[in-house]
Amino acid sequence: MPDKVQIKVTVNGVEHHNEVEPRLLLVHYLRETLGLTGTHVGCDTSQCGACTVHLDGQAVKSCTMFAVQADGCNLTTIEGLGSAGNLHPVQEGFWEMHGLQCGFCTPGMIMAAVDLLNKNPQPSEAEIRHALEGNLCRCTGYHNIVRAVQYAADKMAGKIGAAADD
Amino acid sequence: MADKLFGKAMKRVEDPRFITGTGNYTDDMTLPGMVHAAMVRSPYAHARIKKIDVSKARSYPGVLAVITGQEMKDAGINGIPTGWLHPGIKTPPHYAITFDKARHVGDIVAAVIAETRQIAEDAAELVEVDYEPLPAVALGSDALKPGAPAVHDDVPDNVCFTWSIGDKAAVDAAFASAHKTVKLNLRNNRLVPNAMEPRASLAQYLKASDEYTLWTTSQNPHIHRLLIAAFIMGIPEHKLRVIAPDVGGGFGSKIYQYPEEIIVLYAAKKLNRPVKWTARRSESFVTDSHGRDHETVAEMAVDQSGKITAVRVDTIANMGAYLTTFAPAVPTYLYGCLLAGTYTTPHIYCHVTAPFTHTTPVDAYRGAGRPEATYLLERLVDVMAHELGMDPVEFRRKNLIPPDAFPYQTPVALQYDSGNYEANLDKALELVNYKALRQQQEEWRKQGRYMGIGVITFIEACGLAPSALVGSLGAQAGQWESALVRVMPTGKVEVFTGTHSHGQGHETAFAQVVADELQIPVEDVVLVHGDTGRMPYGWGSYGSRSAPTGLSAIVLATRKIIDKAKKIAAHLLEASPDDIVHEDGKFMVKGVPDKAKTFFDIALMAHLAHNYPADLEPGLEATHFYDPKNFVFPFGTHIAVVEVDPDTGKVKLLRYLSVDDCGPVINPLIADGQVHGGVAQGLGQALLEEAVYDKEGQILSGNFLEYTLPRADDMVQIEHDHTVTPCPHNPLGIKGIGEAGTIASTAAVANAVMDALRPFGIVHLDMPYTPEKVWRAIQATKPLSQAAD
Repeated sequence: MPDKVQIKVTVNGVEHHNEVEPRLLLVHYLRETLGLTGTHVGCDTSQCGACTVHLDGQAVKSCTMFAVQADGCNLTTIEGLGSAGNLHPVQEGFWEMHGLQCGFCTPGMIMAAVDLLNKNPQPSEAEIRHALEGNLCRCTGYHNIVRAVQYAADKMAGKIGAAADD
Repeated sequence: MADKLFGKAMKRVEDPRFITGTGNYTDDMTLPGMVHAAMVRSPYAHARIKKIDVSKARSYPGVLAVITGQEMKDAGINGIPTGWLHPGIKTPPHYAITFDKARHVGDIVAAVIAETRQIAEDAAELVEVDYEPLPAVALGSDALKPGAPAVHDDVPDNVCFTWSIGDKAAVDAAFASAHKTVKLNLRNNRLVPNAMEPRASLAQYLKASDEYTLWTTSQNPHIHRLLIAAFIMGIPEHKLRVIAPDVGGGFGSKIYQYPEEIIVLYAAKKLNRPVKWTARRSESFVTDSHGRDHETVAEMAVDQSGKITAVRVDTIANMGAYLTTFAPAVPTYLYGCLLAGTYTTPHIYCHVTAPFTHTTPVDAYRGAGRPEATYLLERLVDVMAHELGMDPVEFRRKNLIPPDAFPYQTPVALQYDSGNYEANLDKALELVNYKALRQQQEEWRKQGRYMGIGVITFIEACGLAPSALVGSLGAQAGQWESALVRVMPTGKVEVFTGTHSHGQGHETAFAQVVADELQIPVEDVVLVHGDTGRMPYGWGSYGSRSAPTGLSAIVLATRKIIDKAKKIAAHLLEASPDDIVHEDGKFMVKGVPDKAKTFFDIALMAHLAHNYPADLEPGLEATHFYDPKNFVFPFGTHIAVVEVDPDTGKVKLLRYLSVDDCGPVINPLIADGQVHGGVAQGLGQALLEEAVYDKEGQILSGNFLEYTLPRADDMVQIEHDHTVTPCPHNPLGIKGIGEAGTIASTAAVANAVMDALRPFGIVHLDMPYTPEKVWRAIQATKPLSQAAD
């Protein structure tokens, strides 16, 4: 078995020191070593985007990196984005607009959408669809995902007030 | 009391856990001492297994066991049965791990159990299997040719079953005297369901109590428990608990009893350790039951007046290598019985031949038979309309079943309970502005732009029932549903359903209805589903049955609660139960609201039973087993507008509009979402998706690089509306909506693409309409002048 390698990774503001196999994928490190199971694995060819997380502020597919490549990096996963009662506007948008059904693609989709809005705060519908090309959803037909991202953009621009909590 | 929640676009109660990454899917679970399974799968579509040497794998550090098919057979583990039988059907055994031959790529030949997933996968590569590759057959029609390699030795002609419905002589006579006939050879492309969550199973065995628990990605945990207990493993049914926790989409693919579930249960007992297996996506592609895969000759006959007189269909429906749970029902009762569609066709005959092939099994995939029926019927209708020189919408209108004809007996067994098709069609035409679209199409054609408009009407039959009927047709299962409504002393309510929600929002929609019925806050209701240890029984979720069948059971159980609550209130108020009314969330003597008892008052007294009717049982819970009188029959009109770029063959979706009729809508947010997703899946079949096999039975599109799911930029915002025609035979008049989008959209998009290509003289192409296929078809024709047509 390959020798293990020491890594230091900050995930959602918490610093972790672990010995990992060099071949361990970042997504498996998050899920299995750290127990952060909100990041999902939906494929084995880097197509589906269910594993999308932020690495030093950029969206990456965590199935496409080794954990050792994240050594010294700052990661945000869905668990660190916002929590019940303190949701990120994109999380709120997905809830308000019914942007999810089975929920499996949702964490990756949300992380990809946050990355889009960080770079382009007022995207057009076409820009939203283009930005989410790397994230597959089998339930929603993307209709309400687009609306969720539009909601979040408006919310972040101050165009929408507090969400009703029904 | 708040306004009624029925019909309200309430945000989903499921969502907070999913949007914060705190859902609980099977692969998210870790148990103390848990170990991992990896499967050794055949790389050949057909091969004799001469020898398996597990010694290297077994001695790899961290490996706990290598399990073969022979070991499981010797341990008394039986094959996996199918759940639907036709007369004369061949049901060769389907062992979880094969030991004699591999019959499709991905067939399991051994399982490795190890301390970690990585070790299990490493060691799986060390299992040495001596295969003798054998000739294979992948296409249904090839499997039926004389001399084709047999998939199962005891089925030498590969014919699993044949099936037919309708009066063949009457149909042949109608064709003989027809004014016009059309004939299409159709290939309904094989699809891979691809729920975003790959399948996963985790088994635990408790030695002290001799009890098993299986957490698995299932749409119907009770069916698994029944099959495993009664047929496959002989575990006493009360010693096996099957739990389907959060499940990331199903679309049919998570109905079936799969081999891996048996393997992890077996290994968990063998090792006395919890065992988990999670599919890689490339495993999903070769092991999740596929959908569709028909080769069909479809014909239609009309009389002088443009009325359809007959439809004749001959289909080869590929079953794959083994029969999975509902496979025999899909190309038969869910297909042939749907061939009347929305039309008054008096004579229909459908014959189906279902061969085995060396491919992944084929079973129900969202819509299951009904998309295949809708596709062929609506293609025939469009081609016939053009043959007659009629607008395809007017040809449809001429043949629609009129609203005063219900209940309508079709010539293919089903009796439609209700419908109002023309009003639905008119609403869709008005919303899309059909006349203006046709004018625009004319103008674009003059400019050399190729717009296509596909208008289809469709019917679906869902919520299969009643049980006696489906039993007489071959089902080895009931199709009723159970509900348990339990009121706690504080007035909080647990609702247990035998259906399962894996994206459909039952926790919200069902709670809305219960809150209305009991007149309590929706926050006081929780829906419990997916656990054989908690609910009375259940047949699960598929065939759009959850609302019409499962929720109807819940409603009838809540009404038992109300009846009992009235008796308790009558006692407390010293009145007759007949004088008690349930209004504004309270129980009161009619006209005496100041002495009303709250739901909480009643719930508490039901549990204290201190001041209580002498002849009444304490407690406040009710169970109802509901067996519907008939299927439900949602319908609708879907319209796709596309543009084909003749230089690249690329099809671009411009607009998509649907008007669905699923009866009264419980939660429009959820119902519309079901349509959006269904439309995308159906569009995927028309434009993008196909499981392609080569002649050796290798799948050539076995991952997301090669198999194209619709992505965000393949879709447009869907325009959507409803008509409301209630179902006359269930308590809320509700019908299913889970499959409508998929049933309709494949045909709508297909007709739109063919409409766009009509100026080139192209009458029919098989799906999917990839740019290459469309471009080649255009190149193969001599384009008419741009002003033609």
